[in-house]
Order: sequence, then C-alpha cells, then structure tokens
Amino acid sequence: MSAVFVWIETFEGAALPTSWEALGAGALLAEKSGGALTALVFGENADAVAKEAGEHGATQALVCADATLKGFRLEPYAALLTKLVQEHQPRAVLAVATTRGRELLAASAADTDSGMISDVSSLDVQGDGSVVATRSAYAGKVMSDVSIDAAGTQFITIRGRAFRPNEAKAGAQAAVTSVAPVLSEDQIATKVERFEAEVGTVNLTDAAIIVSGGRGIANNPKDAPGDAGDAAVWKAKDGFANVIQPLADVLGAAVGASRAAVDAGYIPYAHQVGQTGKVVSPDLYIACGISGAIQHQAGMRTSKVIVAINKDKEAPIFKMARFGLVGDLYQILPALTAELKKRLGK
Amino acid sequence: MHVVVFTRSTPDTAAKVEVGADGKVTWGDAATVVNPWDEYALEEGILQAKNGGGKATAISIGGEMHNESLKHSLAMGLDEAVRIEDAALDANDSLAYATAAAAAVKKLGDVNLVICGKESVDVGTDQHIYQMARKLGWTLLAYVSKILEVDYAAGTIKVERLLEQGKQIVTSKLPAVITVMKDINEPRYPSFIGIRKASKAVIPVWSLADLGVTPPAAHTKLVAFKNLPVRDTQVEMIEGTPEEQATQLVDKLLQEKVL
Ligand SMILES: Cc1cc2nc3c(=O)[nH]c(=O)nc-3n(C[C@H](O)[C@H](O)[C@H](O)COP(=O)(O)OP(=O)(O)OC[C@H]3O[C@@H](n4cnc5c(N)ncnc54)[C@H](O)[C@@H]3O)c2cc1C
Ligand SMILES: Nc1ncnc2c1ncn2[C@@H]1O[C@H](COP(=O)(O)O)[C@@H](O)[C@H]1O
Repeated sequence: MSAVFVWIETFEGAALPTSWEALGAGALLAEKSGGALTALVFGENADAVAKEAGEHGATQALVCADATLKGFRLEPYAALLTKLVQEHQPRAVLAVATTRGRELLAASAADTDSGMISDVSSLDVQGDGSVVATRSAYAGKVMSDVSIDAAGTQFITIRGRAFRPNEAKAGAQAAVTSVAPVLSEDQIATKVERFEAEVGTVNLTDAAIIVSGGRGIANNPKDAPGDAGDAAVWKAKDGFANVIQPLADVLGAAVGASRAAVDAGYIPYAHQVGQTGKVVSPDLYIACGISGAIQHQAGMRTSKVIVAINKDKEAPIFKMARFGLVGDLYQILPALTAELKKRLGK
Repeated sequence: MHVVVFTRSTPDTAAKVEVGADGKVTWGDAATVVNPWDEYALEEGILQAKNGGGKATAISIGGEMHNESLKHSLAMGLDEAVRIEDAALDANDSLAYATAAAAAVKKLGDVNLVICGKESVDVGTDQHIYQMARKLGWTLLAYVSKILEVDYAAGTIKVERLLEQGKQIVTSKLPAVITVMKDINEPRYPSFIGIRKASKAVIPVWSLADLGVTPPAAHTKLVAFKNLPVRDTQVEMIEGTPEEQATQLVDKLLQEKVL
C-alpha cells in the first residue's frame, strides 16, 4: 500500500502546530488507503521533531538533518521531496498552505507532473481513490469543489485551522529512516543572508484569537507630543501599542489591522487582514474601529465568533458580527482588558 | 534585458459574487479590473525594465475578458502585451497553465525576470507560478516585499521576502521568477495618453500550437462552485457603560467557549 506523506514544517527547529493538522488530514487519506502515515522532517532538529510526529500518529518518518536543509530553501527541499516521491510513489503528499508549504508542494508536483489542489478546507476520499476537496474562491465569496484523480501522487495543501490535529499520544513512535540530501551547498544558488524575525508576536494565521484595529484607532484621546510629526500616526501607533496590544496579550491573541490602518502607516503590512492581506480563521475575531468593508470581510469572514466594536451603529461590520458593542474603543477596550485580567486570573 | 509580468482580469473586489442556477459564477454587471495584486507586479515590471535598460511585456492566459488587464498594463506603461488562449487550457489545471506560461517565456527568448502578483483574488491558486519556475528551471523567489539589489549583467538578485515569522533576506541568481507583495511599491495610475494608446493596441493571441507545447494530462478537475452556507448572523448588541459592556461580553465569550 502506498504511503501518505505529510511534510512537517518547522521553524528554527520546532514543528509548527498546524503541522499536526496536516497529519490529521493525512490520517483521513491513510485510513482509506491503508498506507503508512509518513512524516517528512527536514533540517534542524529533525530527529526530535520526527519523534514528536510519531506521538502525533505518524507510523513512519523520513528524516534528513543535513546542514544544507537548515532553514527552508526551496531548491534543496524540493529536490529532496521530488526524489522521495519518485522513489516511494506515495498516494498523496500533504502540507499546510503556508508560504513554504505552497511553494514546496507546487514545485515537486511540477517536477513529477502530478496534480495539486491548494489551500483546501475539507477533503473527501472517493471509492476510486480520487479526492474531492473544498476550497474557497473569489476571495471567499463562493466555494469550489475540486477533484484530483488517483492516477498519480495527489499533492494537497490544507488551510490552517480547518482540520482537526492528530492528538498526541505519549509513547507512540514512528519508524524513522534517515535519507540523504540531493543537492550539495555548491549546487544551491539561493543563500539566506539573514532572517529578521518578528519577535514576541503571535502569528496571525495560526492564531486562535485575533484583535484587529482599523482607521478608528487614530481617534486616540491622548495628545500627540509636539515633536511627533504626524499626530494621527502617533496617536494610532500609541493606540496599537497601549490599547490593542495589552488586550491581545491577556488573550494570547495576534494583532491584525485593516488596510486603511496599514496604508496610513499605523502598523506594518504584515498585520493586514483581508483580500490583499492575510486570510484568517480564528475562533474569536475582535474588530475595533473597523467599518467592515467587503475587502476586509474577505479575510476574516470564516472566523467562528466575530465581535465588533465601533462608535457608528450603522457600520457594516455589525451585520456579520455575533456580538456588537457600540461605543468608543478607547473606553471599551481598557475596560475589556481589565475585566479579562480579572476573570482569566491574570 | 526583458521583464515579463503575468496578469489577469478579475471581477471588481467590491462585486457581489454568487453561483447562479446554472452552476456558473456571476458578478452581475460589476466591472472586471486588473487583479489588485498584479498592480504591484506591473509597477515593478516598469521599474525594473527602466532600471535594467530593457523592456517589459505583460502576458495573460485565458479568454477575451483578460484583455482588460492587458490594456491596463499597456496604459500603465508596459511595452508589449500578449494573450494566450487555447481550449486545452479551459480545465484550469495548474500544470497546464504552468506549461503554457513557461513556453511563452521561452518563446520571448531574452527574459531575465518574470514578475507575478502574489495571488489572484478570484481563483487564487498561486501554485502555477511556482510550477512555471520549475518548468523553466529558474530560481523562484516568492513573497518579495523589496528588491534590494539586482545586477542583470552579472545575473544576481538580492531580495527581502515576507514570510509568516518575519523577513528573510536572500541572494540568488537570475533568471528568476518572483512574486511580489503589496508593500513593494506604489502602483501608478495609467496616464491619459497611456489609456489612449492602449485602447488602440491590437493584442496578439498565441495558441499552444504557437508555443509548441502540449500540456501534461490534467489530474484535477473543477466539480462545482457552491454558494456559502448561510451564516446565522443575528447580531446581539451589548449595551451599557463601557464596564457593563465589557462584563457582559466576557460572560458571552465564556459561554461560547472561545476564551
Ligand atoms: C482592491 C482592494 C483591496 C483591498 N484590500 C483590503 C484588505 O485586504 N483589507 C482591508 O481591511 N481593506 C482592504 N481594502 C480597503 C477597504 O475597501 C476599506 O477601505 C478598508 O477596509 C477600511 O478600513 P477601516 O475599516 O479601518 O476604515 P474605515 O472604513 O474608515 O472605518 C473606520 C471605522 O472606525 C470607526 N471608529 C472611528 N473612531 C472610533 C472610535 N474611537 N471607537 C470605535 N470606532 C471608531 C468608524 O465608525 C468607522 O466605522 C481594499 C480595497 C480595495 C479597493
Ligand atoms: N490567467 C492568467 N494569466 C496570466 N497570469 C496569471 C493568470 N492567472 C494568474 N496569473 C498570475 O499569477 C498570479 C497569481 O494568480 P493565482 O495563481 O490565480 O493566484 C497573478 O497575480 C498573476 O500574476
């Protein structure tokens, strides 16, 4: 029976939590085909991560800890994945649809002329081994069902937070096999000079809770200091740092933003949620001073519970919210942060 | 020196999109526009062509609807535009797209850099870009937020890429395929003269036979489009003083088990 490969994405030697969701999705396929659920772990700390993958249900692991694989680079990773696919002819290869997962699987699918479906939120294995997957289209305004035949290896990336992770079972083990890299350092043109990590911030796309700020953040009642330059920018930055962030901290949440806030220079683009930003799907999304334009909705409409805080009771965001609070965010958020600290015992 | 930018037309982002009774996606009489992400790619194409003393060509794959984005490209200031259309590409399989796209780049012959938008706001399967890079055997640098250095004569490039955990600064070799993020530049508006010139342009259409390729067998197929399940969006308004609102909201969120 051919295996189901799941690439376990790591960053600085630690598995991303969503990788266990990919193992969960892989288990759905392996159950039907009877193939081994095989974790692929490349790079730094690969042996320890493979052990963790075993606890999360992988029965096999293919591991390569070669120095050329320290930190993701497409060339060596894709060369290795392609070789493993050619050798093992797995029935499927899965990964999370992160920046790296998308590139890696697409590259290897191209190398092997295999079919691929990206960013799926559910999958269904058919009697003939084909898979029908659901993915969103037109910026989440409609969905599409796409099928992939069973003639070759099926490459599938899954949307984070859409599949149930395989729960850890202490003591469960994967049979680990070490594999050799395909490219040597002098065959790899791309060199990483440095990585500027965003320290201390929660990753938007993994976050269970997101607190987002929009143009309304500029209506900070504090006065900007005389030497601040643009007063609105100063006020908004102060609001993100001293009102949004403390709320995010007590919730363990990530901080998001509308495009209006990003374009005005209140917060870096990496935080933008929406059609031309990130698509997120947290359990709880708190929109503060955001009107709820359709392009913003495109990025957050699949959130489980949406809370809208806006001083304008006609704002469109209230039409999609579960809970709505009309009022000044500069009064409501500090009260909410204080209440949460008390209730969550922090 | 020659830059190629891939672009497509999409329904206006404010359009109401739904699946009709015939199973087809409709957006009423809303306009089609250039894919918003591609505006950054097109701007970067113009800047790089100028920077390298070469020219920039826009390519769209698909039916006549995509003339919209190509005319927009020409109006912005790209030098040439080509559309690729072939019944064999109707299946929307990414491998077929990638094969056609790579063949078009090869046919142009002298290309050093291919620029794509990060994704399209309609079909959003960025995978075919990465697959085009593999089919060409070129460097792929996706999610580029800044081109830090590029030397077309020496064939080297240094970029900043925006990944989930932060910014990665990498060097690599040309020719390359890159996808660009919103942060990279400030797209220009087409000038009046540009729009006039573009409206008169005749855009050549290439078939797969013109490109001399047969795409590999498609393994994927669109089964159906579906409307979203109706969301029970009955909003519950929470009133009172800020403190009362806060207390009630926390109660509700605990009940919903999202804290
Ligand atoms: C092609 C395209 C792509 C786009 N992509 C995106 C995208 O990815 N993401 C995105 O977000 N937008 C996107 N937009 C922009 C979008 O159309 C809106 O302009 C944007 O979302 C508005 O942001 P906002 O809600 O913060 O600002 P506004 O619409 O100005 O809303 C500000 C809100 O804050 C409220 N407010 C003000 N002060 C306070 C206060 N003290 N307390 C409480 N509430 C207050 C106001 O009542 C108002 O509702 C895109 C647009 C286009 C054309
Ligand atoms: N039909 C097409 N013709 C040409 N370029 C395209 C086409 N579709 C997508 N692209 C390019 O690929 C990018 C990603 O689109 P997509 O793969 O659809 O998410 C776009 O921003 C364009 O640069």
